[in-house]
Amino acid sequence: MGTLLRIKNLKTHFFSAGRVIRALDGVSFQIEEGEVFGLVGETGCGKSVTALSILRLIPFPPGKIIGGEIHFKGKDLLHLDEDEMRSIRGKEISMIFQEPMTSLNPVFRIGDQMVEVIVLHQRLDRSRASRKVLEMLQRVHIPDADRVMNQYPHQLSGGMRQRVMIAMELSCHPLLLIADEPTTALDVTIQAQILRIIKEMKNELQTSILLITHDLGVIAEMCDRVAVMYAGSIVEEAGVEEIFESPGHPYTQGLWGAIPRVDQERETLSVIPGMVPDLSQLPPGCKFHPRCPYRFAPCDQSTPPLFQISPGHLASCYLYSKGETDG
Amino acid sequence: MDNPLLNVKHLKKYFPVARGWRKEKTFVRAVDGVDFVIRQGETLGLVGESGCGKTTVGRLILKLIEPSDGKILFEGKDLAHLDKKGIRPLRRAFQIIFQDPFASLNPRMTVSEIVGRPMEIHGLVERSQRDEKVCQLLQSVGLMKAHLSRYPHEFSGGQRQRIGIARALATEPRLIVADEPTSALDVSVQAQILNLMKQLQRELGLTYLFISHNISVIRHISDRVAVMYLGKVVEMAQKKALFQSPVHPYTKALLAAVPSLDPKRKRVEVILEGDVPSPINPPSGCRFHTRCRYVLPKCLEEDPFFHQVEGDRWVACHLYSS
Repeated sequence: MGTLLRIKNLKTHFFSAGRVIRALDGVSFQIEEGEVFGLVGETGCGKSVTALSILRLIPFPPGKIIGGEIHFKGKDLLHLDEDEMRSIRGKEISMIFQEPMTSLNPVFRIGDQMVEVIVLHQRLDRSRASRKVLEMLQRVHIPDADRVMNQYPHQLSGGMRQRVMIAMELSCHPLLLIADEPTTALDVTIQAQILRIIKEMKNELQTSILLITHDLGVIAEMCDRVAVMYAGSIVEEAGVEEIFESPGHPYTQGLWGAIPRVDQERETLSVIPGMVPDLSQLPPGCKFHPRCPYRFAPCDQSTPPLFQISPGHLASCYLYSKGETDG
Repeated sequence: MDNPLLNVKHLKKYFPVARGWRKEKTFVRAVDGVDFVIRQGETLGLVGESGCGKTTVGRLILKLIEPSDGKILFEGKDLAHLDKKGIRPLRRAFQIIFQDPFASLNPRMTVSEIVGRPMEIHGLVERSQRDEKVCQLLQSVGLMKAHLSRYPHEFSGGQRQRIGIARALATEPRLIVADEPTSALDVSVQAQILNLMKQLQRELGLTYLFISHNISVIRHISDRVAVMYLGKVVEMAQKKALFQSPVHPYTKALLAAVPSLDPKRKRVEVILEGDVPSPINPPSGCRFHTRCRYVLPKCLEEDPFFHQVEGDRWVACHLYSS
């Protein structure tokens, strides 16, 4: 399998009231074909900005991608013009958002909105497009799909709307689906239904998925590989089993200890001292060092690169710099 | 049952709604016959999905809204039929911590006023000693004296929730209703607040009704757990018993729907199909019968009785009625 998306040293900054907010400060990762890649982190760490940067949907002003490369199928998306980019959005890369109500148009029927996408990207006529819509709605297990096609978004429940979004986004068989907190607004039993549908669709269509969430349970269930973000950078990346079994970066360890678990009893939860830094006044060196229990000499001097802990397991932490001999 | 601080019996709350062009009066049966007790010094976790009525139960207990029917026995006294004046002297005994720490603090009041006002209203402290008392409270929730004269916008979400907790503690309450107190917070901040609530409970002997949709949080904080579905409690048991061997089909499905943090453990597939029915027109008989895998003919007609099945476990399901 080849690499579908390769992001190198991506920097997206926001300029506001004379301050520079470094939302993404050198992010690199890659997604293989057919893979589910998870991006996890707390509010404001840059997960969603990463997604919007890939689709070049960062509003300018105030935001701007100021550096880096986004290679998708060999092309650098940052060098495409707006027309070329538009033919990629929704067709080759599509995106599902957290709140389906805000991404569906409230004044159009479900069927009409979905037909439009297909007509635009696949050059089918309306009747064939509409047959295709029906088929997609059935594939995401919407009961009574032909009735739902004639309904407006407000007539559907949250779970149904998210199914419609999935059907719409996958109707053009994208190579990459970006799902930004796709189940955060839903109840757990509905979340379980939606996650199952995403998995089924992925297996049928061989779509790669970039799954963004703060919910570690969703990550554990869905992903093949995981990257943990903190204050605009990726601090750790590994296969899903590895990262849950032996998290390497002190931030990841802290985060793992802070979650109450359904399958285990703990009296007290571990706590990461301090607070997430202001993105316009980041600390020098490793951004986590003011909160890190293991900090030592180099940590406040220079930003640690990604060191290899074991094959496929990288952490941006000087604790692992000794193992760094083969580059 | 032994030593109940609060005993809730057949509690109901119907909200009137006008439907259609003729504005026909119907009712949302938000809470439709709920029974439970909370014992002195324990945490009862109330869990359920959105719209199941758990927040309404919290507000009814605090008499922030009037119940349509039923009893709320607080230390033996029925709150349900007390009017505003009658309830006022009792108010200091129960307090609430809200979900949204941004909306629940008055932006024009300083921390000292926010936390101190309840003490003044209930005549618990002289004006001159107010700041000293507030200061002690702030320290007990992990804030500092320097925060006294600041306004809510100067604090982070976690700190604001600490202010909310200090305010709830100000009247030395017997019962605290915590309505999704950590749902607006990131996991690392949530951990701090949960630890703080447990620590305060140990130190002050507090009793909590902890309302949440987050099953992992409920499991962490509770001693006993009540599961709600569409306006009713379907199962209630000691935490350990409930999580290790849930008996109600809804509890089973709810617990199975929570993703495990162990990527190697594949979930047992008990996926609930469909959506929660509307509380305006709930299904006949057992409300869960439309989604239940074990549905019996009886379930469509008869509402199962909420009864004790073993030790401390209560359940409302025909599978377990003798």
